Amino acid sequence: MINLLAVKAIYFHEMNRTRRTILQSIISPILSTSLYFIIFGSAIGSRIKEIDGVTYGMFIVPGLLMLNLLTQSVSNGSFSTYFPKFNGTIFELQAAPISGVEMIIGFVGATATKSIILGLLIIATASFFIDLNILHPFLMVFFLLMTAITFSLFGFVIGLWADNFEKLSLIPLIVITPLVFLGGSFYSINMLPEIWQKISLLNPVLYLVSGFKYSFYEISDVSIWTSIITILLILLILIVITLLIFKKGYNLRN
Amino acid sequence: MKKNFIQIKKVSKIYKNKFAALKNVDLNIQEGEIFALLGPNGAGKSTLINVLCGITYHSKGDIFIDGIDLTKNRKKIKSLIGLVPQELHLEAFETVFDNVNYSRGLWGKKKDNNYILNLLKKLNLDDKKNNLLMQLSGGMKRRVLIAKALSHNPRILFLDEPSAGVDIELRKEMWDIIYTLKKEGVTIILTTHYIEEAEEIADRVAFINNGEIILVEDKNVLLNKLGNNKLVFTLDNSFKKVPAVLNKYSYKISKNKSCIEFFLSKEKNEVSDILLSIKKSKMDYLDFNIEKRSLESIFVDFIKKEKK
Ligand SMILES: Nc1ncnc2c1ncn2[C@@H]1O[C@H](COP(=O)(O)OP(=O)(O)OP(=O)(O)O)[C@@H](O)[C@H]1O
Ligand SMILES: [Mg+2]
Repeated sequence: MINLLAVKAIYFHEMNRTRRTILQSIISPILSTSLYFIIFGSAIGSRIKEIDGVTYGMFIVPGLLMLNLLTQSVSNGSFSTYFPKFNGTIFELQAAPISGVEMIIGFVGATATKSIILGLLIIATASFFIDLNILHPFLMVFFLLMTAITFSLFGFVIGLWADNFEKLSLIPLIVITPLVFLGGSFYSINMLPEIWQKISLLNPVLYLVSGFKYSFYEISDVSIWTSIITILLILLILIVITLLIFKKGYNLRN
Repeated sequence: MKKNFIQIKKVSKIYKNKFAALKNVDLNIQEGEIFALLGPNGAGKSTLINVLCGITYHSKGDIFIDGIDLTKNRKKIKSLIGLVPQELHLEAFETVFDNVNYSRGLWGKKKDNNYILNLLKKLNLDDKKNNLLMQLSGGMKRRVLIAKALSHNPRILFLDEPSAGVDIELRKEMWDIIYTLKKEGVTIILTTHYIEEAEEIADRVAFINNGEIILVEDKNVLLNKLGNNKLVFTLDNSFKKVPAVLNKYSYKISKNKSCIEFFLSKEKNEVSDILLSIKKSKMDYLDFNIEKRSLESIFVDFIKKEKK
């Protein structure tokens, strides 16, 4: 049986933490999205001809969304589980009658909620700069939800694993950001030489960006089904890893 | 009242670095009693508490709480327990009220604002309920931790050094709270360095040293058996020998003849008799006082004996 009251307690505790930093949480994505549109959408974008039939400003929306979703989910997720270890309040989570699953739902749920709000804010900001016409809104929302949940969970695991601040920022910095930039966020992979196209296909983030592009404009680097299966597969693998970690008695003091 | 509410059977704890913090600990705690764990720094008090609370896993032995095997059903056992940890670890930017509420939620209890407000009042925190935790003094933080532990109506309360950094007034208030909880049937296990605290509130006392329980005894029995007081006279140079009238008392003269100690028996009030006899026999002295043999000195003796 899932203890819903405990899940709720964790969820709202985390959401309150977010509320305390609300300004920073809203302003920074709006600001960075606006900058991207001013620089890449208008200034440089006006010199770039259309890609796959859409203007460059429109083309970068799914990638920008993915970039923010991934980095924010991972860093917020990892912070939420690392922080109690750092300030010592972990003792309470360890002493409380809560299972690993309840902890995951509470923490990951809160982080994912934050990411989804962020994603919607970015889409709203983007619509100020370009005419945004989302061809498959439900599919788009599906990818938004799945990406937010999956990478919040990824962050959660990193937070459990990390025992110092360096490790905490390492993964977003050296893994997530490069994968997003190399995943066709700001270009179409058929603009690359053939060998690099092949190498790009090893990057899982490419499949996710492609899924987003499809749901926005029906343009994509890989088939939409490949994208859907990829995100579900990543989520499944992460769930298994997390449960294994909990079974081993995660960060318990020895 | 259940007998042997908490059963600890041959429990050992070996930390990752191979350090044995608990060695074959055998202990039974009754429901509704106040049980004090005494021991020097590093004795293993916190380790034992953390094991019982399910925070740390023990390496060997069995633990049953309310008949439930700890290793088989940690969740069930954790739901019975409130813990006030030794360290003052609290979130910084949350209000007192929200944070105490959060604990109640973590233990799966329905929201009950009145209960929490009452609790804060009992702990003298009601005027601080909207303060951020980082705005509190150390003693107030300790009280918040007590409120958090009580927020979910535990049947067992662990207090790991509840009096560390707490002033005398608050300590008295805390004892009152502990007494009230005992009346409500809560089982209380505490560790302390203040021996007077154990003397004041505990029903039973265990001495722990180097990860081993070296004595478990009813507090009153212990004090009676070993807790005799001494009447000590500081002597001046003119002292030659003890007047014969005093021979019926048991006493000891220090080697340099600077003081004489009379060992008082618990039952009779011998102090006035001795004083009277001394006055009659015109024995000179500079000063006198009564030295209480506290649990502390009993404890120190015990540890010394252990070392021999
Ligand atoms: N995580 C750990 N890893 C290794 N050794 C530990 C760990 N935690 C505690 N110890 C050791 O176990 C012993 C008992 O520690 P514990 O904290 O239980 O003592 P204590 O009786 O609570 O002491 P104090 O009165 O100082 O609080 C100490 O020697 C300590 O160094
Ligand atoms: Mg301790």
